[in-house]
Amino acid sequence: MRIEPREQVPYWMVFSAPLFAIAASLLLCSSFIVWAGEPVAASFTLMAKSVFGSKFSITETLARATPLILTGLAVAVAFRARFWNIGAEGQFYFGALAVTWLGTGLFSLPPVLMIPVMFIAGAIAGGALLYVPLVLKTKMKVDEVVTTLLLNFVVLLLVSYLIEGPWKDPMSLGWPQAAPVIDEAVLPKLLVKTRLHLGLLVGIVMSLLIWFLMTRTVWGYEIRAVGYNAEAANFAGISVNAVMFRTAMISGGLAGMAGVSEVAGLKGYLTLDLSPGFGYAGIAVAMLVQLHPVGVIASAIFLSAIFVGADSMSRASNVPSYIADVVTAVSLLLVLVSVMLTRYRIRWTCK
Amino acid sequence: MLDILEILATAGFWTATLRIVSPLIFATLGELICERAGVLNLGIEGIMTAGAMAGWMWVYQGGDLWTGVLFAAVIGAMFGLLHAGFTVHLGLSQHVTGIGITLLAIALSSYTFRMMLPLVTTPPKIVPFQVYPVPLLADIPFIGPAVFSQTPLTYLALFLVPFVWYLLYRTPMGLAVRMAGENPIAVEAQGIDVLKVRTGAVMVGSALMAVGGAFLTMSAFDAFYFGMINGRGWICIALVIFASWRPGKALLGALLFAALDAMQVRMQQVAGATIPYQFFLALPYILSIVAMVIMSRRAAYPKALLTPFRKGDRI
Repeated sequence: MRIEPREQVPYWMVFSAPLFAIAASLLLCSSFIVWAGEPVAASFTLMAKSVFGSKFSITETLARATPLILTGLAVAVAFRARFWNIGAEGQFYFGALAVTWLGTGLFSLPPVLMIPVMFIAGAIAGGALLYVPLVLKTKMKVDEVVTTLLLNFVVLLLVSYLIEGPWKDPMSLGWPQAAPVIDEAVLPKLLVKTRLHLGLLVGIVMSLLIWFLMTRTVWGYEIRAVGYNAEAANFAGISVNAVMFRTAMISGGLAGMAGVSEVAGLKGYLTLDLSPGFGYAGIAVAMLVQLHPVGVIASAIFLSAIFVGADSMSRASNVPSYIADVVTAVSLLLVLVSVMLTRYRIRWTCK
Repeated sequence: MLDILEILATAGFWTATLRIVSPLIFATLGELICERAGVLNLGIEGIMTAGAMAGWMWVYQGGDLWTGVLFAAVIGAMFGLLHAGFTVHLGLSQHVTGIGITLLAIALSSYTFRMMLPLVTTPPKIVPFQVYPVPLLADIPFIGPAVFSQTPLTYLALFLVPFVWYLLYRTPMGLAVRMAGENPIAVEAQGIDVLKVRTGAVMVGSALMAVGGAFLTMSAFDAFYFGMINGRGWICIALVIFASWRPGKALLGALLFAALDAMQVRMQQVAGATIPYQFFLALPYILSIVAMVIMSRRAAYPKALLTPFRKGDRI
């Protein structure tokens, strides 16, 4: 078996790679539905109905996709520079901590000012958390994968301490949760009587901004250059450390904004189960579309549809809701293969 | 300060330390073998989860404890094969594949657990490995109860350290593994198949990780909980770096780490009123980061770590 690079990758291949991965992973995962003793076709129909069947269910899917767009973008930017930020989960919670600290009565501004302030504060908090692994990487050569991963656990314990201790809402009847954000900080709903909120627009705007940044500006060019070949970038006069710093601040900031959006837009207050792994799912979101900032929107909606669909499937049948996690992981792995197949051709040789 | 000395003087503290260190030894050695062959295995966290679930489920379904450990090892090796197929044979990103393997292994473990036990709310229990006092040695004062009154898997973990060292440093096979991580072209020049060496190393390493996970459900505790690995895999990756990829140092690092962990549990009982318990729980993660920072300047990564190898590659 030989693996040879293709000279040119046809456009249709680039687009069909994620679709192929998704189709193959759904096919593979249908064996788990068979194992649960449920009819495959009917289960998928049920899933599709619960995701896209009514106006309300569509808004639910989009609401669930909102944090995934932002964490997916966070991963996409960082991975583009080969900065392995696996800590979007922790940065998400840091953003949530920032909005809880500032938005629950510390001060009050009219919503037009208050909401941007919340997002900026969350972004700063997320970036600040990622600053630690960044400095350890650039100054001490400590691998950022492990430090970002370990910090996720530290941050969760910090959240747990704060919402059980000093920040515990006295009105929460003993539940470990922080006080709700004040009305001025609550993100307005995009549609009445749904949970769809301004965060979705923020996510879409950010993904367009990041697309512009990555493809049309010097900063984006430098980020990509460092990702392709840091040594060559350095030789060409790009300060790799400065690029890493910018990348990390943008990446951490985006993940922090996801935390703000969930607290101020959806839940209203901070709890320990605010994120069912949005940070980790962000990796799948970004990889599915080969780190394309606008593609992230589509893959976030796809994964959120899988999660929403799996939830309703588990209520209606014997299929555990963990099927969604299986689909996520399988499609993440398969997209690696299918993208590789677009770039290389495998030639079977006999000796 | 006196409290700490008092704790150090109890055999119970050292018994606990050895119990905490056992899964870490298995998984750290496993990661060490993978990385020595040139493959970073970020699947560790998920493979430990899968091992914990598989071994436990085997026994819960009426299987024997030792075949349960074997079953966990086989499951681990299968995930290792998947990781090797992606990273060694296809040359895909070791970072992203590893994370994917972790997500997949955790998802499959949760799914399988729910499928087989759909209605349980409290995790059911098995009869785990029992303490086996080594004859004669267990009667030595202090050391006897501390070291020689453990479950068989702890003895296995302690035995594995010199065994893995011997394999890596004193056998041709070990040399091939280490060379595959340093200079794969030289390995190929010897007529040895780099891809096979790496695949084998990743499978064996992953099997050890799974046994490390199985230790938790079959020896330290008696049930499987979601999220019970709780970052131990990531800590083991930090331990490998701390140990400069050497089995002996890995044991020392893991022991130091476990002793501090056993200490924090006891300190929690003393100082629990003044210092929040979350601080103590966060200590292992913070310590792992600190350990990496301390050793980072001297970290001698295997030179070919993260670099895929294709047959016929030249310099």
